[in-house]
Amino acid sequence: MRDAHEPMPVSLNVNGRAETAWTTPRTTLADFLRHELGLTGTHLGCEHGVCGACTVRLDGAPVRSCLTLAVQAEDRTVDTVEGLAEKGGTESVLHPLQEKFWKHQALQCGFCTPGFLLAALAAVEENPHLSRDEVRERLSGNICRCTGYQPIVDAVVEYAAEARGEQS
Amino acid sequence: MKLPAFAYQRAESLDEAVSLLAEYGPDARVLGGGQSLLPVMALRMSNPGSLIDITRAKDLQGHAFRAAEGLVVSAAVTARRLETDPETIRRHPLVAACLAQVGHVEIRTRGTVCGSIAHADPAAEAPALLLALNGSVRVAGADRRRRIAAKDFFLGPYLTALEDGEVVAGIELPLLSDTAGWAIRETARRSGDFALAGVIALLDTDADGRCTDARIAVFGLAGTPRRATAAEMILTGQPLDDDVLTEAAQHAFDDIDLIGDLHGSVTYRRRTGIRLVERSLIDARARRAQSEVESPYA
Repeated sequence: MRDAHEPMPVSLNVNGRAETAWTTPRTTLADFLRHELGLTGTHLGCEHGVCGACTVRLDGAPVRSCLTLAVQAEDRTVDTVEGLAEKGGTESVLHPLQEKFWKHQALQCGFCTPGFLLAALAAVEENPHLSRDEVRERLSGNICRCTGYQPIVDAVVEYAAEARGEQS
Repeated sequence: MKLPAFAYQRAESLDEAVSLLAEYGPDARVLGGGQSLLPVMALRMSNPGSLIDITRAKDLQGHAFRAAEGLVVSAAVTARRLETDPETIRRHPLVAACLAQVGHVEIRTRGTVCGSIAHADPAAEAPALLLALNGSVRVAGADRRRRIAAKDFFLGPYLTALEDGEVVAGIELPLLSDTAGWAIRETARRSGDFALAGVIALLDTDADGRCTDARIAVFGLAGTPRRATAAEMILTGQPLDDDVLTEAAQHAFDDIDLIGDLHGSVTYRRRTGIRLVERSLIDARARRAQSEVESPYA
């Protein structure tokens, strides 16, 4: 048994890079990403699985990183918001979904945005033929406390249409 | 809040989980997907000294259809896996439909079906599903393996017949007859919330249209998931016309003590529950009628 305060190494793949860091069992994947790997794009709102701000992808599927222990992510693949934009020469190029959020002003304070982006990407990858109602249902696990839901849904619907190869 | 400190060990097999649980005593808890246990710990309603992680146990990963037991689901199987499994959708569609109502996709991706049953939240879908199907829980302890019928498993809110040192190894979800109609309905303030009231209904009839099997499991309404036995008795043997369904719904809670809390009073839950039972029975009857025309197993 690993003692509660005894750090253990956790190796995983984050945004395409192999990473290893030491952490204690109580550390959530969210805190591991933020504190050990410095990836502070993943935000923590409620810390008990209700708000969706900490949503990341684990082996491609959307999960609450506040309800996943870092040690449970050992040997697995994690995608965070930092992995979305392409790092170009002098400036980075936004991911097409981020472009849609930009175009539709789908963020106000921006705190919930990383969670919405990851949840929406997984949803559209699973099914690009999502209806507007289905987009709303899939994003119902994410709370925007600025209540800016309409532009967020607009952005995802338009991104899904492009993913299907339709012109917006 | 951040989680309280705990010791951690991964179990590679069911046997290892059982022996670790024996070694670390009643202060140890089994960790599955963590979608119930970790929030409870974050809110300091539980503070186990150690967690035994069974999500990678090699012999707890699968699910299978068996002639005798039905759909057998091992402890590490997530709700999302079953909900999206084509064979489950085809052969046991009620299971897929119920699991699709659990929380949000992000919760179902990690949360296990057996974990939800072991946690025994009175408002959760999986325990009610187990009860509606007359299913069983496969339990492993240090000295013995046993099966506990669903009706004997749920003792109170978050309280089950599991004893110290026992692990839920899997569940058995018996299959339905080809002609059975079913429905799940629930009322919640927001999509993905725990149900304020929920109903799973099953109906089957003979060639004359008389009810041969009526099962109604309710959740979110009492301290445990419950069968609405008074309503089941009214339906059994009767033709399933509207009046019979309405009468059954009116009596659904005759022998159930409903709970009221700040989310909904007893009166609210009774009225909502009766209406949900009635609508679920109508849905189940419609699906029963459809199955005459087109069997999903064809």
